[in-house]
Formats: sequence, structure tokens, C-alpha cells
Amino acid sequence: MKEEVRLMKGNEAIAHAAIRYGVDGYFGYPITPQSEILETLEAEMPWETTGMVVLQAESEVAAINMVYAGAACGKAVMTSSSSPGVSLKQEGISYIAAGELPALIVNVMRGGPGLGTIHPSQADYFQATKGGGHGDYHLIVLAPSTVQEMADFVTLGFDLAFKYRTPAMILADGIVGQMMEKVVLPPARPRRTDEEIARQCPWAITGRPATRKPNVITTLELDTAQMERNNERYQRTYHVIEQNEVRYEKFMTEDADYLIVAFGSMARICQKSIEEAREQGIKIGLIRPITLWPFPYQAIKELSDKVKGILVVELNAGQMIEDVRLAVEGNLPVHHFGRLGGIVPNPQEVLEAFNNKFPDAKK
Amino acid sequence: MKEEIIIAGFGGQGVLSMGKILAYAALMDGLEVSWMPSYGPEQRGGTANVTVILSDSPISSPILNTFDTAVILNQQSLDKFEDAIKPGGTLIYDPYGVNRPPKRTDITIHRIDAMEATFDMENAKAYNMVVLGALLKAKPMVPMASVIKGLKKTLPERHHHLIPMNEEAITRGMALIP
Repeated sequence: MKEEVRLMKGNEAIAHAAIRYGVDGYFGYPITPQSEILETLEAEMPWETTGMVVLQAESEVAAINMVYAGAACGKAVMTSSSSPGVSLKQEGISYIAAGELPALIVNVMRGGPGLGTIHPSQADYFQATKGGGHGDYHLIVLAPSTVQEMADFVTLGFDLAFKYRTPAMILADGIVGQMMEKVVLPPARPRRTDEEIARQCPWAITGRPATRKPNVITTLELDTAQMERNNERYQRTYHVIEQNEVRYEKFMTEDADYLIVAFGSMARICQKSIEEAREQGIKIGLIRPITLWPFPYQAIKELSDKVKGILVVELNAGQMIEDVRLAVEGNLPVHHFGRLGGIVPNPQEVLEAFNNKFPDAKK
Repeated sequence: MKEEIIIAGFGGQGVLSMGKILAYAALMDGLEVSWMPSYGPEQRGGTANVTVILSDSPISSPILNTFDTAVILNQQSLDKFEDAIKPGGTLIYDPYGVNRPPKRTDITIHRIDAMEATFDMENAKAYNMVVLGALLKAKPMVPMASVIKGLKKTLPERHHHLIPMNEEAITRGMALIP
């Protein structure tokens, strides 16, 4: 059966996709610009259909620790928030990473720092990709740029989280959270049974039968030699993820003289800038990292050999640009353009910034 | 076909829902659509606007600096968006909320007395549908049948009895443009 094309907000798409994925539990606390995730789940009442738990916790800290506990039991569990709320969750996220547990965390970013503004931002790039909590860990970070990807990355995020036993994050922003466009929701599937969880997650706390030793999920290890071995195991997992899971999209890069690197909503605004630039004879291409961790260093490195310069466009003061510079290893000029604190540049502003940074491109 | 539209006015005038019904109508027609609201600490009387893009090919940026068509319902919005209309584009405005008329000479301007028409209907809530009717007359981007389908999708079922009233409002709006 062909799935119906629907029109909805990115936040709503996440909620619907979660129910259809067979998520066991959502724990969250409202905050703009992502409150529609919790609101949509409450309105859909999935506890009456799939049995999914939807709980408005007393705080973001409580919500992430509920996720920690649910994940330890092998359940598919998630939380969502926006920037200040995600900061509160960082301790719990570090524990989930250390516990080698699958979970999905959604951050629909707003302008900061502090309580900031409710308008769109991409200023949590460092927090998401470099480890917002303590210790040597990584999240798999997916950056959606369409409402369709908001839905699809719920599935992808959970699949990767369970495959590698590591938390995944959807790093969205207020634009893709609040805008409506067409979406085809993933097919609905039932939640996994307890037997399936016990079989697929032999590490999970599922109630010990007489036939196996107790499963223990803990992040405390006072034996430093063992703690180093634990860390080495985490790093091996991250290395495999870096080998296998890099995702990105190219736009008009074949004949490009210059490159824009942008992620999420900003990449779409830049696409329009590129279309306008090409009408003026300036050949710019775009690479859009889809996984911000693992970052597409190699793809950017390869393209950097063919272009004269790179503009990194972000809704922040310059965060992803550090990874782009690492990728190109000083081969060519890498400049930055960003607006701060919730202001979103329009396609014309991006093009003007490009022309200012690369005055020779017009000649 | 590509139509880049800004609809702007006061919060509470139904600007966002008008955009939503237009977007749904286009969806029914098989077009690509994007609906991007200004969002903020919304309140009745504050300003609200929504960018709606309809296209037969995939849409890149949901955020625009220029528009084919602007539907303007208050002075602040006219001040903000008059210069953002593309040359040759269309401006529809209601003088009820606008005391300094637009100055552009390189665009098509439709002055519509939509608030007055709404008073005639004795139903203030129909205002945005009157405006939508005028927009569809000026720029027939989606057929009426799709708009009705769009209304059915956006309105909860308990309000479906209001669809004929909305249809009447749209028809009245269409009559505002010769």
C-alpha cells in the first residue's frame, strides 16, 4: 500500500515517526521550539494503541535519566528538548554513552547561550559533536534539513543506536522543527516483545533467568586498568562508526569553482543562494554533512582539491568550520559566515557574504 | 510553476491558518509546498507572517528575501515587505489596516476591502478566508476544489459544518477583485 503524503511540521513528524517505529517510551519536558513533539504524542495517545509510554517528566534531568533506565532494559526510548534543556541532559547522556546503551536524543536548537531566545540556531554543534558531557565519548549526530528527514532520522537514529549500542542525536533547529512540508511517514511496525528484546539485546536488564549470569549496567569502575579497557572498547566502536556511517549530500559540486559547507536548514538556504549565484555565472557547489559525527572529512578533502575556496555557513559564530579546516589541512582558504542569537540569514545575505569573502569569484 | 508568497498581518487575523489552507490545497494538487511561520511569543495584536512556497519542483530554501506575491494586512507588514516584492510581482492589501498606501509602481497592486466584506458577512472569523478568496482571484494558483479539500484536512471534523460558510467567504473575497 502506498503511504499517504501528509503535510506537517518537523516536530510533528518526529512524534509520528516515533510511534510508527515502535518506540517503547518518550520522556520529555516542554520547551520552545520543540514542544509539538510532546504535544503531538499526547494528542495521538499511543499508549492506547502501541502501548508506548509518553511521559512529561518533572524536569529535563529526570527525563534523560528515565531514558537511561529504559535503555538499560533494552527498550527503544527517547527524549527531546531544545538547547538549554539539552545542556541539562548532558550528565545523563554521558552515562548512557558510558553504559553503551542505545537511545535517541532530539535537540531542536534555539539561540543561546543561556536561556537565549526561542528562534533558530545551530550553536550547539560543538556540544553535540565534541561530547557535551564529560569523558571521551561521541554521539552519532544526524542533522536533518527537511521534514521528511525529521521522520526518517528517527528510524535511522534508533537503528544505528541499537547496532552500535551508543546514543544517537537528531540535531535539528527551529526552522525544520516549525516549518511544514510534505512527508511520507515510515510504515508502522509493532513494538518489540520482551522475548525479542531479550534475544536482540542479550546485555539488557530483562530479569535474569536461571540460565545466565546477571547483566550489570554501570558506569562506575574504580579499577583504572579496567576503566582504560572500557574506554578502549568505546573507542573501537567509534572507530567502526567512523568507517561505516559517514553520510553527506552533494549539490552542484561537479563543475564548482567554490564550495559552501552547511548543514540542516542552513544548507537549504544556501542551495537557493547557489542557484542565484549560478544565474550570475558564479559556480558554487554545496556539501551538506548529514552525519555531523562522524564528520565527512574525506569527502570535503576530495572536493577541496577541485575548488578555490570554501565558505562555511552556520547559524553560529564558527563551529563546524573547525572540522572543515581539519578536513582540508590548510589546502585552501576557508571562510565563515554566520548569524547569531536566533537570526536567520536569507539566501541573498549568504550570497553577499560569499562575494565579500571571495571577491575574485565574480571575475 | 513556482509561487513564493508572504502573508503578513496581525496575530489573530488568521494569517498562519490561511497559509496552511493554501499549503494543503497545493498538496491536494500534487505540488511541493513549504510553510514557514514567523514564530515567537505569539499574541493577539502582535505581528505574524508566514512564507508559503508552492512549486512543481523540489523547494530549496523555506526562507526568502523576495516574493512573487505579498498579502499584507497591516501597516507594519507593508513597511517590512513592500520592497521585498519582485518587480512584476503582486501586492494585495487591505486598507483597513494600512493607512499609508503602497508606493511601488513596478508591481500589480490590488486594494481589497476584505474587512468591510467580512463585516457584511457578520462573521469576523471569516476574514482570512475572504482574503484567501482575493488572493486566489488575483493569482489562481490552486483550484477551488483543492481549497475545499484543504479546508477539510485542516479543520477538525467537528467544524466541518463551517465549510460552506468558509466557501462563501472565499467567493466574496474573489468578488473583491474585478
